[in-house]
Amino acid sequence: MELTGAEIVMKVLLENDVDTVFGYPGGAVLNIYDEIYKYSDKIHHITTCHEQGAAHAADGYARATGKTGVVFATSGPGATNLVTGIATAYLDSTPLVAITGNVATAFIGRDSFQEVDICGVTMPITKHNFMVKDVNKLADVLREAFRYARVGRPGPVLVDIPKDVQTAVADYEPLTKETSARKHKNGKKAFESALEIIKNSKKPFIYAGGGVVSGNASKELEKFADMLDAPIGTSMMGISGVSVDNPRYLGMTGMHGKYCSTRALAEADLIIAIGARFSDRATGNKKKFADGKKVIHIDIDPAEIGKNIPVYVSLIGDVKEVLIKLMGMLPEMNRPEWEAEVKEIRNCPDSRLEMEKGKLTPQAVIEAVNKNLKACNPIVTDVGQHQMWVAQYYKFKNPRTFLTSGGLGTMGFGLGAAIGAAIGTGKRTVLFTSDGGFHMNMNEMATIVSNNLPVTIIVLNNDALGMVRQWQTIFFEKRYSNTSLERKTDYVKLANAFGIQAEKVDSLDNMEKVIKKSVSGNGPFLVEVKIDPDERVLPMIPPNGTIHDIILR
Amino acid sequence: MKDIGANEERFLMSLLVRNEAGVLTRVSSLFGRRGFNIDSLSVGETLDSKISRITVIATGDEYVKEQIKLQLEKLYDVLTVEILNMKNAVMRELMLIKVRVPQGKRAEILEATSIFRAKVVDITRESLTLEVTGDSSKCNAFLEYMIPFGVVELCRTGLTAVARGGESLEDNNKLIV
Repeated sequence: MELTGAEIVMKVLLENDVDTVFGYPGGAVLNIYDEIYKYSDKIHHITTCHEQGAAHAADGYARATGKTGVVFATSGPGATNLVTGIATAYLDSTPLVAITGNVATAFIGRDSFQEVDICGVTMPITKHNFMVKDVNKLADVLREAFRYARVGRPGPVLVDIPKDVQTAVADYEPLTKETSARKHKNGKKAFESALEIIKNSKKPFIYAGGGVVSGNASKELEKFADMLDAPIGTSMMGISGVSVDNPRYLGMTGMHGKYCSTRALAEADLIIAIGARFSDRATGNKKKFADGKKVIHIDIDPAEIGKNIPVYVSLIGDVKEVLIKLMGMLPEMNRPEWEAEVKEIRNCPDSRLEMEKGKLTPQAVIEAVNKNLKACNPIVTDVGQHQMWVAQYYKFKNPRTFLTSGGLGTMGFGLGAAIGAAIGTGKRTVLFTSDGGFHMNMNEMATIVSNNLPVTIIVLNNDALGMVRQWQTIFFEKRYSNTSLERKTDYVKLANAFGIQAEKVDSLDNMEKVIKKSVSGNGPFLVEVKIDPDERVLPMIPPNGTIHDIILR
Repeated sequence: MKDIGANEERFLMSLLVRNEAGVLTRVSSLFGRRGFNIDSLSVGETLDSKISRITVIATGDEYVKEQIKLQLEKLYDVLTVEILNMKNAVMRELMLIKVRVPQGKRAEILEATSIFRAKVVDITRESLTLEVTGDSSKCNAFLEYMIPFGVVELCRTGLTAVARGGESLEDNNKLIV
């Protein structure tokens, strides 16, 4: 059948089971938005306040649901406003399809109004991008974009569609054919040597990353750890991939990881990294990280092997499939000595760092939220101290419930991502943010109100850029350059002005009551909690350090 | 070309890529982004007009060599990457050199041209334009010889290469799998 390019976009979205898109209209996507109007019974469009919010929302939607996030933006500034959102998705391997309009092909390259080379701009932060200049190729390019965003290691793909391609007409044939992924073959030898190393190891440590969450491999991971009789630690992106109830789980490792997890990793003679990429925040000193240890690396992306840490054996592929295959070859093992050593590490006082009791601390707030929610509620963060506290103290039990910008560390990610998570799951979503991160994209409160979303915003207000301030305390002799904010924002009035119910908490007495109220209604709620600006994130391993440099108090 | 460090070596890569707009940018910007250096790069169509072939000479240690290959393979438009053994590959470069002809020197230049199996492709009263094909060392040697006469213009294509033997890079093309 003959359809316009704009309508072909709708058809391909439906082919890919897309029912929700985020975006912002504009001159170069008018035709696409006209189709969104016509298809509004099948495709739900959420209009945000800013394209960055839309990109984060699509990203949050994808992280919380496992589906591909879709975002629309117009040419020029609309497209460039997506950039931080796309880069965030790229660094954390979220499947995202960004569709931008552009000026008509005849106007391209002439610095036309709202023209920007968005393919050039996003080249290093997308898996791939396409500009479609021929309407006859549009359907196939869009299908390829959806396939490619998910295949192998997921990531963002951008499709730029000039205005005249949206209005031009082409023959459209529905397609349901599945295109298969290119499979990597691991030699039999790789599995055999992995087995050999595992059998000979006295102290194996399983280090799980975000690939376990995105690869839906939590069950397999836990079973694998049982077979090996080995402890598990995660990177920050791996959090929620293992339930805190699992007795083998020691917590997050790395710069602000739990002492017991980082210490057990340091004591191990074998690290089995699963869906992790050894970021510098996770490893500290790369030379000493795996010194004297063997490393087995299981990952879907061959380019991650040996990129940051030298590896003994690598097994390339979908982590779930690789684990199933590996377990088929493994005998049950017992390592009572290692188990006893890990137990001792776990029970040592340094492994139980807590904030002061009887005071309004971030830990108390996080635990209060935890107590009032179910394991399935998504928890979203911005970036900085509060992000680390949530990673440390919230008890995550279900995969895809911890949404955070790990790789790029995007302040302002949270509110948009919370919108996406709330829409994707339909569940009460709690955003932990700070006065720094919240001010970056707080405009999206309007989106939350327009859509009456069950989002609770908890602003941990220390009147400072806490994480940078912490570094200034430790490494810059307390010269607090530009991190004391001295803002006079009245968060309650601000939220009310947007149409959001809000309360302020400045003592422990009413904290639990307000938190309970903030998560029990149907609509949005904001809670401002005043916290001590000198509260630090501990433990801390300074950059490029090891367990020996750890700061505990 | 930059100096080679202790563990570094110069190596030769052949790529098959989709013949799409922007593919050269994607390949070359990846080198810049990851902090790898390109010594020489040449590109041209293959028998199949949808596919181009890029030859890259780069410098680095084992880590760089492996990472360049893996990162290039991740690019959508890159269909196959092969690191060729320089000792077992045929490598050629084409050089066009326009040289001034000082009074009474024409015979000497033409003699050198003939010894190097170069060709005269243009001539005026004051200049000769010469074409030479070969590996880099031959081109360099010819250039060295010509410099004292006065080189007016020089252009080099960069190396292009194929492995010896009957096999084809196409065998590893991910489109064909």
